[in-house]
Amino acid sequence: MQPQRTLTYSLAIREAIEQEMARDPSVFVMGQGVDDFKGMYGTTKGLVERFGPDRVFDTPLAEEGMTGVAIGAALAGMRPIHTHIRMDFMLLAMNQIVNVAAKSRYMYGGTVSVPLVIRSVIGRSWGQGAQHSQGLHALFMHIPGLRVVAPTTPYDAKGCLIASIRDDNPVIFVEHRMVHFQKGHVPEEPYTVPFGKARLLSQGDDVTLVGISHAAVECMRARASLAEEGISAEVIDPVSLSPLDVDTIAGSVARTRSLIVVDTAWTCCGASAEIIAAVGERLRGSVAFRFQRMGFAPVVCPTTRKLERLFYPTASGIASAAYSLVRGPDRSWAPNHVEAPEIFEFKGPF
Amino acid sequence: MERLYRALYRIRRVEEQVAEVYPSDKVMSPIHMSIGQEAVSVGVCEALGPDDVVFGSYRCHALYLAKGGDLKGMIAELYGKAAGCAKGKAGSMHLIDAPAGMMGASAVVGTTIPLAVGRALAAKMRREPTVVASFFGDGAVEEGVFHESLNFAALKKLPALFVCENNLYAIHSRERERRAASEICSLARSHGIPAQRLEGMDVLEIVKSVGEAVSRIRDGDGPRFFEVMCYRWREHVGPNEDFHVGYRSRHEAQPWLENDQVKLVGERLPPDQRRRIESEVEAEIRAAFAFAEAAPLPHEAELYTDLFKED
Repeated sequence: MQPQRTLTYSLAIREAIEQEMARDPSVFVMGQGVDDFKGMYGTTKGLVERFGPDRVFDTPLAEEGMTGVAIGAALAGMRPIHTHIRMDFMLLAMNQIVNVAAKSRYMYGGTVSVPLVIRSVIGRSWGQGAQHSQGLHALFMHIPGLRVVAPTTPYDAKGCLIASIRDDNPVIFVEHRMVHFQKGHVPEEPYTVPFGKARLLSQGDDVTLVGISHAAVECMRARASLAEEGISAEVIDPVSLSPLDVDTIAGSVARTRSLIVVDTAWTCCGASAEIIAAVGERLRGSVAFRFQRMGFAPVVCPTTRKLERLFYPTASGIASAAYSLVRGPDRSWAPNHVEAPEIFEFKGPF
Repeated sequence: MERLYRALYRIRRVEEQVAEVYPSDKVMSPIHMSIGQEAVSVGVCEALGPDDVVFGSYRCHALYLAKGGDLKGMIAELYGKAAGCAKGKAGSMHLIDAPAGMMGASAVVGTTIPLAVGRALAAKMRREPTVVASFFGDGAVEEGVFHESLNFAALKKLPALFVCENNLYAIHSRERERRAASEICSLARSHGIPAQRLEGMDVLEIVKSVGEAVSRIRDGDGPRFFEVMCYRWREHVGPNEDFHVGYRSRHEAQPWLENDQVKLVGERLPPDQRRRIESEVEAEIRAAFAFAEAAPLPHEAELYTDLFKED
């Protein structure tokens, strides 16, 4: 048997774009720095050399205008991939995303479509601070007409990005900076990962851990600690936040009767709240279950590492919460805290 | 001349008919009348070709009709009927007829300017001869996205035509209450785009000046900008006049009312020809309103259609 081919998440993204650009001349990449020597963390590196500056180009610092330009090109049948090196910058483009990209097909009675992918990166570590660290996916989940995906594994990153590029609708593609380095099996040939289908990362019987983006990595670590205490955790990566695979999560919760949703964002009105509500509605009257949301502390992300560490949920915190959820509120336990290597080892300047 | 008069008269009479129907509450949504400004859309669209594309603002009746948008589809849309150009989901502020090159309009000021630029980018990437026109009002030049869009169009030398319909008011605010430097063309020039202000509200002058610019754009010379001075005869939103409410006077409007392009162009035609055009247009309008009256409302299931394009 051949050893499985592995790639980092960044290179899986790059491969997806390169293969789709080779397949379809209407696909192009635009965004700040996509054609520079860093190539957006390697995800666009070398593409300008292969496809030329008409199809891979840097943009002015004009998030709303350039989002509108991408939408206008998409209305004409092009398939732009617009990139943001931090998700925080998307706040400048909300008018175009919410008022135009999301609404055009419905508002115009199905006469047009907007085949657009917007990639953005949630930053973390090395003191990203208040405006380089936000996970804003819940804002987009709120809006009908947008698809929102946040794959965690390199396999899903490639398949999900290819599906997003081929889809005829606007897709918000969320990447976490701390998963860019993750390695995993990635087939060389193009393939798609469907919208609305969660990924079962690991089976278990006692508690369901749903981790969004990088939080899924922490959930897998929590699962390992819990196993030492005899607690078997099922870990699910939603991959697709809108549409959401409620069936898979609710099916798991129906067995485990315990659900923790860990987000790489705040909990208030967030993806974690939405997932728990959706599962509750699905199981209402049939299964009683315990649940908990976990996410950013409800404050602004601080830059200093000492406080920054307290801002994020950790694997040990997730494990500890799961323990109490399963064993009862009067029982507590905390595994030894181990720094997540991708966070601990990450060095800036960016 | 016949084509220009037909277009001008048709838009004027369609809107007058919409205004007449409006108190009956058959059009249960906001309307923004183009009456008095018809010549801008008519003149620019005369200078464009059928395969060229336009994007507009919520004051889009004139642009939609001038670009060749389907009249029955427009009236049915205003009536909220399933046969509307957007199945009744758009209404007056978002008229669209993609096959005619009318690519929609936004209720949020300035929002379609970058869409036109993106459409022009697609044309350039695909080496199509298309020119894309962006229509917006004087208020839009205060939006940041106006500047972002002009900069990019100039940077990439895109086949974009910018048309600022300056009717002197953003809702009820005068230009001098909104901008320290009021020279709009200088904003375009500072982005490297040749700009021209057309003062006279003369449809023939618009056709000629814009026509020359469109040729240059089509030749690959990059974007052009026009500020066309005009005046809105009716209230910002709604079917009525509003000279009595105090923010502007009939005295101010008088020169504009006298420079009525519908009337002046009509007077240049032989009376027989003019009557024939008018009677044909009147029949078309009657038919369109009758069509809209009789057309069915959307089925309830339509609430959930068209959100996504499915395979």
